[in-house]
Amino acid sequence: MTRPVIPIVPVADAAARTVSLYASEQKIYPRAVHGRFAFWRWALVWATQLVFYGLPWLEWNGRQALLFDLEARRFYIFGLVLYPQDFIYLTVLLVLSAGALFLFTAVAGRLWCGFACPQTVYTEIFLWVERHLEGDRAARMKLDAAPWSANKLLRKGGKQAAWIGIGLWTGFSFVGYFTPIRTLAAEALALNLGAWEGFWTLFYGFATYGNAGWMREQVCKYMCPYARFQSAMFDRDTLVISYDPQRGEPRGSRPRSADPKALGKGDCIDCTLCVQVCPTGIDIRRGLQYECIGCAACIDVCNGVMDKMDYPRGLIRYATQNGMDGRWTQGQMWRRVLRPRVLIYGAGMLAISVAFTASLVLRSPFKVDVVRDRGTLARLVDDGRIENVYRLQLMNASEAPQRYRIGVSGLPQVAVASTAEVAVGPAEARWVAVRVQLPPQVARTLGAGAHAIGFEVQQLGGDGPGPAVLEKSTFVVPR
Amino acid sequence: MSDFLHGGWSIYIGAVTLLGLLACLVLLFIASRRQVMAADNSTGHVWDEDLRELNNPLPRWWMVLFVLTVLFSLAYLVLYPGLGSARGSFGWSSVGQYEAEQHEAQAQMAPIYAGFAGQPAEALARNPQAMAIGERLFINNCATCHGSDARGSKGFPNLTDNDWLHGGTPEKIEETITEGRQGTMPPMAAAVGGPVEIHELAQYVLSLSGSPHDPTAQFGKPRFLACAGCHGMDGKGNQAVGAPNLTDKVWLHGWGEEAITAMVVNGKVNVMPAQKERLAPAQIHVLAAYVWGLSHPSAGPAAQSGTP
Repeated sequence: MTRPVIPIVPVADAAARTVSLYASEQKIYPRAVHGRFAFWRWALVWATQLVFYGLPWLEWNGRQALLFDLEARRFYIFGLVLYPQDFIYLTVLLVLSAGALFLFTAVAGRLWCGFACPQTVYTEIFLWVERHLEGDRAARMKLDAAPWSANKLLRKGGKQAAWIGIGLWTGFSFVGYFTPIRTLAAEALALNLGAWEGFWTLFYGFATYGNAGWMREQVCKYMCPYARFQSAMFDRDTLVISYDPQRGEPRGSRPRSADPKALGKGDCIDCTLCVQVCPTGIDIRRGLQYECIGCAACIDVCNGVMDKMDYPRGLIRYATQNGMDGRWTQGQMWRRVLRPRVLIYGAGMLAISVAFTASLVLRSPFKVDVVRDRGTLARLVDDGRIENVYRLQLMNASEAPQRYRIGVSGLPQVAVASTAEVAVGPAEARWVAVRVQLPPQVARTLGAGAHAIGFEVQQLGGDGPGPAVLEKSTFVVPR
Repeated sequence: MSDFLHGGWSIYIGAVTLLGLLACLVLLFIASRRQVMAADNSTGHVWDEDLRELNNPLPRWWMVLFVLTVLFSLAYLVLYPGLGSARGSFGWSSVGQYEAEQHEAQAQMAPIYAGFAGQPAEALARNPQAMAIGERLFINNCATCHGSDARGSKGFPNLTDNDWLHGGTPEKIEETITEGRQGTMPPMAAAVGGPVEIHELAQYVLSLSGSPHDPTAQFGKPRFLACAGCHGMDGKGNQAVGAPNLTDKVWLHGWGEEAITAMVVNGKVNVMPAQKERLAPAQIHVLAAYVWGLSHPSAGPAAQSGTP
């Protein structure tokens, strides 16, 4: 039997050259861009950052509206007090986020990357600083090439100072979600931060500064896993940023007054502005590439050029592969965008969102955990009654002191023998020992073994019966 | 104590670790060598007719990070244990860290316990902070036998009924927790007599607490002389030797003639283990106050807060 041999053809190319397998990166100088999509990106920068920097400062009922108190293991979100047991909500939130990523990517590619990802948002902010202190693309390139001077030092130093300032403020705001931000601010002003607060402020600040100031597109190209698996969610009906080669080629410069058809040229004037504005430094005219983060800067700048040339807009546009190949109109493409895949993602998201909201609205304002005593399963007390002992953890998820009544059901004449009413402080979790008794005749009828019972804990006070929680447990009748 | 059966293993582990690091560096060196590329930026290798290997180079900083991780490992191995049984220049050990954290925790707790040390149990029982600490100590150390509600069960005394085998003053409770107790009931059948005498004695013991008994109890009184040495002529017990009071209705090892007969015939040794090896004297002081408070509910904060 002969083994199939894969022929490896050696390089026998006249143009063969020796290269390193590691490349030093070329610095990218993205040119400033204005237009519809740039407007949307800046709108999202403002929206996300007002929320991120602003939320920790909001007050609610005399405390920070949003506080994740890890040490006390309580998450305060406006009126909600979440316990570690509510972790499922975080899970659902992450599932929803993943679902949204699937949905948006199936519809219009890397929308998240181009408009809402923190990496993009902070890079945009840092670029804005850079542009104001060092000028636009050409000026920055010139400044970098120039020898060191007082002017260069001032501009570069100013930029670094501003970047570090933004980074520190970001780190500070981040830590402010986990420790009261007003106290934190006072401590920071007195340069008296706790060790961990200081560490996380500097760490998160450094990550912001490093990623948005220095790493930029390298994060997207080499570090981000989402960037790579989003490509797997594209199909031929996904709207992606596309250059229209049928319309644009053959490209070439021409006088503004000339008729391209007469010159035998396409609409692309080869001004390379689309390359100059690209934050990842690619040429969109070479087709869809994994580096493209879908920021649509090339669409904005090319539309401006088309306007100047009096050509129709949309040489670079959002288009599906099917649409581009079949010369479809926008309407035709959009009808295909609402394909089963998108509808299923949408329906799934809607269902989870409704369930999530309903579960939050209908959640009980307290929780109960039942732990049986295991050292002693059961004992005999006066007049032959059987007694089991439990420890109940009552978790008050409201911010007012509450009283609860502990009841038990599930067996005939089963009753709580210890104090049935318990007071629990605001957002406090309290353990109480509870004795449950069963009359001997009932125990005899039931026989030895573990019998299912339920603890009914009801919140007292207010009008009418308060909310109740039922927790299952067992009652042991000894032999 | 060495973790290794033989010193050679330590050298073996250290050598494997260092060789592994060296192999990483060699791999990095080989992978970063310059390679011949064709004009189309591929290696020129073609598989399966049209499958080509393109050159998409990693950024150089990525390789620098690899080298830095190797350098980090070397620095780590110098500073921390890792190379066989070498201790590292920081002298760190998990036991040492554990002890340091214990020490720190004790240093934090010391002032709190110091505040409790001079106080009598009656004062501590009114102190909610002391009682919260006492409750935690009880749940962690005592509840396994005595139950979460301290009411015990068969063989494990109820601590809330103010009925004491060895004395219920705070000092005695502290002594019980610290040193433990051993209650010994010797087999007494030989001293009492045959089954008839034992039956009469059991009925007499039942009568002491006013429990239901048959008329033969009156014949049991002389038999009780054998028991009076410990339990006293009146059967009220003796806390000095841990002999229980037989005139109350507390039946630690079971109620009824059968249980009493079994006790007289077989005897029993019941042990409360000493806690002095597990708990510090300051902790035992607080715990004793908590246990004392269980049978004096009107003296403690528990009276108001609704703890059963």
